Amino acid sequence: MENIQEAVTAKIRQNPKFQTLVERRGRFAWTLAAIVLVLFYGFVMVVAFSPAVLGTPLMEGSHITVGLSAVLFIFVFSWLLTAYYVRRANSEFDALTKDIVNQAWQEARQ
Amino acid sequence: MKTPRALIFNLALLAPVSAIAGPAIEATEKQGINLHAIVMFIIFVGMTLGITYWAARRTKSTSDFYTAGGGITGFQNGLAIAGDYMSAATLLGLTAMVYTQGYDGYIYMIAFFVGWPIILFLMAERLRNLGRFTFADITSYRLDQGKVRTMAAISSLTVVCFYLIAQMVGAGQLIKLLFGLDYNVAIVVVGALMVVYVIFGGMIATTWVQIIKACMLLAGGTLVMLLAFSQFDFSIENLLEKAMSVHKLGPKLVYPGSLLADPVTAISLGLGLMFGTAGLPHILMRFFTVADAKEARKSVLYASGFVAYFFNVILIMGLCAIIIVGQNPDFFEGGTLGAKVVGGGNMIAMHLAKAVGGDLLLGFLAAVAFATILAVVSGLALAGASAISHDLYSRVIMKGQASEANEMRVSKIATICLGIVAITLGILFEKQNIAFMVGLAFGVAAAANFPVLILSMYWKGLTTRGALVGGYGGLISAVLFVVFSKSVWVDVLGNAAPLFPYTQPALFAMPIAFLSAYVFSKLDASKRAAEEIDAFEAQYVRAQTGYGAAKAAAH
Repeated sequence: MENIQEAVTAKIRQNPKFQTLVERRGRFAWTLAAIVLVLFYGFVMVVAFSPAVLGTPLMEGSHITVGLSAVLFIFVFSWLLTAYYVRRANSEFDALTKDIVNQAWQEARQ
Repeated sequence: MKTPRALIFNLALLAPVSAIAGPAIEATEKQGINLHAIVMFIIFVGMTLGITYWAARRTKSTSDFYTAGGGITGFQNGLAIAGDYMSAATLLGLTAMVYTQGYDGYIYMIAFFVGWPIILFLMAERLRNLGRFTFADITSYRLDQGKVRTMAAISSLTVVCFYLIAQMVGAGQLIKLLFGLDYNVAIVVVGALMVVYVIFGGMIATTWVQIIKACMLLAGGTLVMLLAFSQFDFSIENLLEKAMSVHKLGPKLVYPGSLLADPVTAISLGLGLMFGTAGLPHILMRFFTVADAKEARKSVLYASGFVAYFFNVILIMGLCAIIIVGQNPDFFEGGTLGAKVVGGGNMIAMHLAKAVGGDLLLGFLAAVAFATILAVVSGLALAGASAISHDLYSRVIMKGQASEANEMRVSKIATICLGIVAITLGILFEKQNIAFMVGLAFGVAAAANFPVLILSMYWKGLTTRGALVGGYGGLISAVLFVVFSKSVWVDVLGNAAPLFPYTQPALFAMPIAFLSAYVFSKLDASKRAAEEIDAFEAQYVRAQTGYGAAKAAAH
């Protein structure tokens, strides 16, 4: 049992598709993470250094400010990114993973 | 006499985290018995005990006990995570924060939320693929089991104990206030129910208690929000205009105030909230209760959706309360507007419920708050018990040779001990200023648990020596930064000036942990270190594909 597991692991590692999976998913995840981090810490910087901007009305005569809209935007947008990630990871990446593991199984048993 | 505004304000400045993560600590007056609340709470307890009875019959193995056999769906787990994340103080503290500080409350909520997408992108699937019962399974995967698990268990128990005491003391105060129960009685009731849920029902019961509570919280909050918002014709323009016209801050209500004016504090708080969340043992444990990485990802999607929704509900509630509660003399001591709010600042959400839905809605919301505390402490107790029984007893002391029956027995004894500790310390700390405890729990989670966890998953070069120095370094520095900060050094120990000028340790303690883990791993030229680095390959394949991961055993 141990041996077959090791063999399968080695086969997975050798499969060029594994490299593709790791690179593609890694790039995707880090890009989304970077977007959220830049958005949030960018916002924190505005709060710290230029708070008056956030208090200005979004439109002439409105009570809704830039700041309120910005936070709501971060809530909605980062949640949408979450949904996007889950969608792609649960379909495309999981299919690729399954493919790689099955192939490794076949090869290891031979 | 302090105005409620000043109270909340101080609280927010001293330990912003405590405003959310633990019920705010204020001396509270015992109120008259609240019958509606008690009846509804008894219904809740009856339901959850029924579930515990049902769960007890399904809890046979350690896997059932720690992780509900991996049989929780992504949606259920999402609700449970949201439940773990939103404590009573989320409802009470944040509503009060919007009521007194307006926009700052909203900034605070986004800081509290934004860690979730990051956890999903960078951690969720690796956590599920590598972990089994506790996060120490991951950190010790290719390192020295005994030493690394001992460290993880110590920092987990530190987080759990401080968080638990903060919750217990907050619970006692809150229940005294809402239900008119004696403080000690409240503490014993909370502690005893927590022990019953955990020892009989394990993770299955704990998860379902959490799910029911999350639904009650979402429903209760939404109902109050809709009733209140209807008085402004569901127009946000209308609501903001009226709120600004009556609030002390006037148009400044929608400006960033002083909460995050200092960039160092702002960034440190942001880091602490974001990465502290990713290092809380009871939250991490939730990733092991689902079948696979697919469900783990869905859990985060649902959890973050519920949390984001609820935070926006709280914004509307807080703004409505400015007019509905803030302009009603009945809610102020002596019937004078602007005097101390009856029951203290944290009662704003409760007063709003009463104003828009009468005693029945007030009773419901009070029962929700009590249920919330119970669910959160149960999750903490289970996480603490598993650090003792799974990590320390089974893996470190018995070196993996413990029988399942013995491990279960130890986990139950550990739960009872944690219950006794929680009750005793909860009673001892009644009159103490414990605002620092939640800050400490988050600080340790961010500086001791998180760095070692993320390095063990991402960095091939991590060795046992690096992990130990990094982990203990983060733990000790986080504790010292909190002890030397204003919230302990001045407020608890009574010194004149703090030794450490900031209240948030994360920005300082996290680099210490990462740097020392890196340097000591690099300097480690032992044979053992070379083997550990080689072992990363196999771990990496499993982390990426889930091949060889602990499958959800369908018992």
